[in-house]
Amino acid sequence: MQFMLLFSRQGKLRLQKWYVPLSDKEKKKITRELVQTVLARKPKMCSFLEWRDLKVVYKRYASLYFCCAIENQDNELITLEIIHRYVELLDKYFGSVCELDIIFNFEKAYFILDEFLLGGEAQDTSKKNVLKAIEQADLLAEENRPRQFFFSLLS
Amino acid sequence: MSDVVEKTLSALPSLLSLDSQAGAGKLSPSSKLGNLIKGITELTSKHEEETLIKKELESIKEQVASPNTTMRQMKEIMVRAIYCEMLGYQASFSYIHAIKLAQQGSVLEKRVGYLAVSLFLNETDEFLLLLVNTVLKDLQSTNLIEVCMALTVVSQMFPKDMIPAILPVVEEKLTHPKEIIRRKAVLALYKFYLIAPNQVQHIHSKFRKALCDKDPGVMTASLHIYLQLIKENPESYKDLTGSMVTILRQVVGGKLPLDFNYHSVPAPWLQIQLLRILAYLGKEDQGTSEMMYDVLEESLRRAEMNHNITYAILFECVKTIYTVHPKSQLLEKAAECIGNFVLSPKINLKYLGLKALTYVVQQDANLALPHQMTIIECLDHSDVIIKRETLELLFRITNAQNVTVIVEKMLEFLRLTCDDYSTIDLVGKVAELTMNSVFSLGGDVMQPDIPNNFLRLLAEGVDNVEDRQLRLFAVDSYVSLLQGETAKLPQRFLQVISWVLGEYSYLREEESDPGSVMRLLARLLDQRHTSTETRSWVLGAMTKLCSSPVSVALARDVCERYLYSGSLNTVLRQKAQELMILSQDTKLRARVLPAEGRLESPEVDSSLSFLDGYVSDALAAGAAPYKSPHQRQEDLVQEKALSLEPYGLSLPVSLSSCSITDRRSPTLLSMSSGLSGNSTELSHQEGSTTLKLEGVKRVWGKDGYLAQQQSAGETPTPLVELPSPLLSPQSPPSQKPSSGLEPDQEKRQLASSLFVGLGSHNSVCLVRLPSTVWLFIKNCQSANQSNVVKSLFKPFYINSCQSKNHGSFVKVSGIFAARKSCQTDDSCCFPPQISCISGSPLKEVKGHSVSVCLHTVVMKRASVQVELAGLLSYQRPLGQPQAAQFSLSLSLKHFLRPLTVSTGDYGKMWLSFSHDLKQNLRLVTTEHQEPLTATLDALKGKLHLHVVDIIGSEGIVACRLLQGPGQGQPCLLHCRVHADSLAVWLRSPVPELPDSLLYHCQKALTET
Repeated sequence: MQFMLLFSRQGKLRLQKWYVPLSDKEKKKITRELVQTVLARKPKMCSFLEWRDLKVVYKRYASLYFCCAIENQDNELITLEIIHRYVELLDKYFGSVCELDIIFNFEKAYFILDEFLLGGEAQDTSKKNVLKAIEQADLLAEENRPRQFFFSLLS
Repeated sequence: MSDVVEKTLSALPSLLSLDSQAGAGKLSPSSKLGNLIKGITELTSKHEEETLIKKELESIKEQVASPNTTMRQMKEIMVRAIYCEMLGYQASFSYIHAIKLAQQGSVLEKRVGYLAVSLFLNETDEFLLLLVNTVLKDLQSTNLIEVCMALTVVSQMFPKDMIPAILPVVEEKLTHPKEIIRRKAVLALYKFYLIAPNQVQHIHSKFRKALCDKDPGVMTASLHIYLQLIKENPESYKDLTGSMVTILRQVVGGKLPLDFNYHSVPAPWLQIQLLRILAYLGKEDQGTSEMMYDVLEESLRRAEMNHNITYAILFECVKTIYTVHPKSQLLEKAAECIGNFVLSPKINLKYLGLKALTYVVQQDANLALPHQMTIIECLDHSDVIIKRETLELLFRITNAQNVTVIVEKMLEFLRLTCDDYSTIDLVGKVAELTMNSVFSLGGDVMQPDIPNNFLRLLAEGVDNVEDRQLRLFAVDSYVSLLQGETAKLPQRFLQVISWVLGEYSYLREEESDPGSVMRLLARLLDQRHTSTETRSWVLGAMTKLCSSPVSVALARDVCERYLYSGSLNTVLRQKAQELMILSQDTKLRARVLPAEGRLESPEVDSSLSFLDGYVSDALAAGAAPYKSPHQRQEDLVQEKALSLEPYGLSLPVSLSSCSITDRRSPTLLSMSSGLSGNSTELSHQEGSTTLKLEGVKRVWGKDGYLAQQQSAGETPTPLVELPSPLLSPQSPPSQKPSSGLEPDQEKRQLASSLFVGLGSHNSVCLVRLPSTVWLFIKNCQSANQSNVVKSLFKPFYINSCQSKNHGSFVKVSGIFAARKSCQTDDSCCFPPQISCISGSPLKEVKGHSVSVCLHTVVMKRASVQVELAGLLSYQRPLGQPQAAQFSLSLSLKHFLRPLTVSTGDYGKMWLSFSHDLKQNLRLVTTEHQEPLTATLDALKGKLHLHVVDIIGSEGIVACRLLQGPGQGQPCLLHCRVHADSLAVWLRSPVPELPDSLLYHCQKALTET
């Protein structure tokens, strides 16, 4: 995987993870144009894009778009499932995750992502293992996470 | 759903101010991040955001620099800095503090520090060097979480040159008791391998150990490395095939812990990884491929279609099957699987189906055939991505016959997406490539507007980088073509080449000597096979090119040959003269052919106003005013001058359609309209003839005339405009196709032009050729006064009797028209189903009473029954001409023949046919035979079917329909005994064939 972007329906970036070295300028340019392209697509359209020389897989969950750029020989469908698994992990961790969870706790979202994808490759696809690793680290945290009741991404 | 979110978002500011609410705990106003986010949410303009963030960054900067800031505060500050960076504002001053935080913070602070580092920095950043010591320390920590963090950051980015510093410690972790550490260590090594393969060369043996790790997670991680290694050098890892196959078998068999299941599919990521590895191992290696056939088949079978994840596995599996050494049985299954993708209503799967097809048609273009209609639909899909993939697929199946349509489709796409220049680039190249291969194949038979379209594509468009690249690409490829053997290139292609080189050679001029293109062109002129028209194109190109001294010399040389050695062609002389003058006079040349003018399209003054002066001068000098050719013609007529028209058609052969009775119309009319003489026969039949008998005789007189007619009728239509069977040009206009069917027919027609030239089981009836039903018309004596009609239709000849033989021979001239009589609902709006047999007696027996005509009848459209109607006209010497009608009912079974195929071929055909039908039939029971065998024998006997194979309670049967050229169109039956009936499944490439055949099967079995 080359990068993953999370952005809202309004085009606001919520999370970005780059697995290939690019300059800030390039990253910004790609982000801007890709967000525009994806937002312009209609709901019933295909989740895969051949965009410039990239293969892009995106999926919308409620108000959030998850968007991955993958290598040419990579499997699009499994990438779609990577996105889904990530949303499942977020959901399990935050308890019915919503966009606000990710806005206010984006560093947590990053930690979960790093535990799930390492260097752009799925490192652990077992939900239990990923969350165990995160929670172990979290145990050291003194703060407790209050429950959320905003709109869930996965419903 | 999203509305709810929007509401939540708009309510955010007020929510944030309520600190006692449940959700407010983590968004407490004291949280500075909370404040920042809240602040941004309240803003309305980008400008306000900028101001706010600038202020925020100022405050962050102040705080990080302050010595009083604790690490805990620093962690909070760093989160805000990350947030600002995410919004697109640079916070580079905080990078060093992120490293510091990772270095000095407690575990939780460290975690944020590492995260900030991995988000802020690139692996080329020098800041990273400052991190090496921290990483080294954490790797050696006793705290597992610290080790994990260090390995995580290392797997994301690490300075290449510093790998040796930490490599031993990472290697050590491969034997760590905790699998999470082992796994991350493997992934870190994978990263090292990617950025510096040489650094990890010596630890390949350790990779093997990781592959054999008892924890599936570690093993999975090691496959990333192996995929990479095997991709680069499959030969060295062939010995791993067995292990990979075993692992895959275990995974597929559900031997992994349930933890690894994803939506109850066992470790799909692992499966896909293994399938990809197997593809690399088995590519072009039969031995290795044979080891994996079983497990591939099992993967295909186990992946039941229910969830995206199984489709993901299936897709990968299909790709692997088509990459490794082929095995027909597996290929069949994979092809079936692709069919499921293509036909899926889910757009993502459809896309992947097209993609898979694109991949596999390179091996076997026939695989696209069963999906013609879907492909056509996708071509007009509202999603541009689907369209593009479809074009890509078509590009792969382009051949000399369908190139016209495909290129047209591409250009169409191009016009629609002219704003997206990356698309232009892509499709332009596609068109370009198609042009090169196809111009060389069929250039001269191509319609001239194709090259024109292509040239316009090249010339149009703004002068941006993509266009330049495309042009340069064209120039380069043409130059290399000319450097090779040019004798075989079609003239039209040479013309295109000349034009492109003339226009765009300047694009490459800086890198090659200016004379080279000129020399290549001059060489073209020297070759004998170059046509005059092409030569004039070449000279035109040279005129554009002769700017350098070398070129001028070359040009002069060429011109002298043309001007003085006496070429007789005036156009060439003219061009050569122009070239001569322009090459000598640079100033004139610059005016006539300005270099910068190339890209502007010239303005055409269609009113020819620049000639006004000349015209008025001429008029003043007494010249007659200009009259258009049309005016002149009218003047001539008025003056009753000589008519220059050739003799008008004076024979009263205008079609007597008004007098045609129901009996024969409209079919007969349509048949007759192609044959000029027919109407006379008809009018005669109606008793309204005004013709002399000789007229009849003359029209139908000699065999030669009739033979001519026939051959005209049977000339293969040009391939580019082949009609589909439903839209044959013979179809009478009066038979209105119901409007609902029209788009479908359009698609079919498009399909026939797109898929022409693919495969032997072409479902389109392209050319009507004589085939196998012989029709004997025999005169024999009868007391009956009425003319024809008694027809015995046995095996395949007609035995018609005719009355009143008067001794001398009867000349038979036949116009036979086919007319359907069965009025089933679905077919009543279609043209006749038997092809026209125009009546030339192949053999005329000057016997006492017998004349034999042989005619070929094929069933153009499968139907239960067709009626053959015809008109016999004959004449006794000195007698009145007579005519007789006859009609015959022909059943589908008369057109059926056994189709002898092997079980394997049957399987292949089965997959490629798209029209199918299932029905339960009655089983025939006899005493001494199995019901299945008895039933199939009965069908075989009555319908001329071929029983391919009977296995257990299933039997497969094949037949073909004499429909078009050659062998005819197949229909396959799959029969299975189910309770006490026979479940029959029919498949055929011909739409109506299964239905009609089923009717006859039913009938045959009922009669038994």
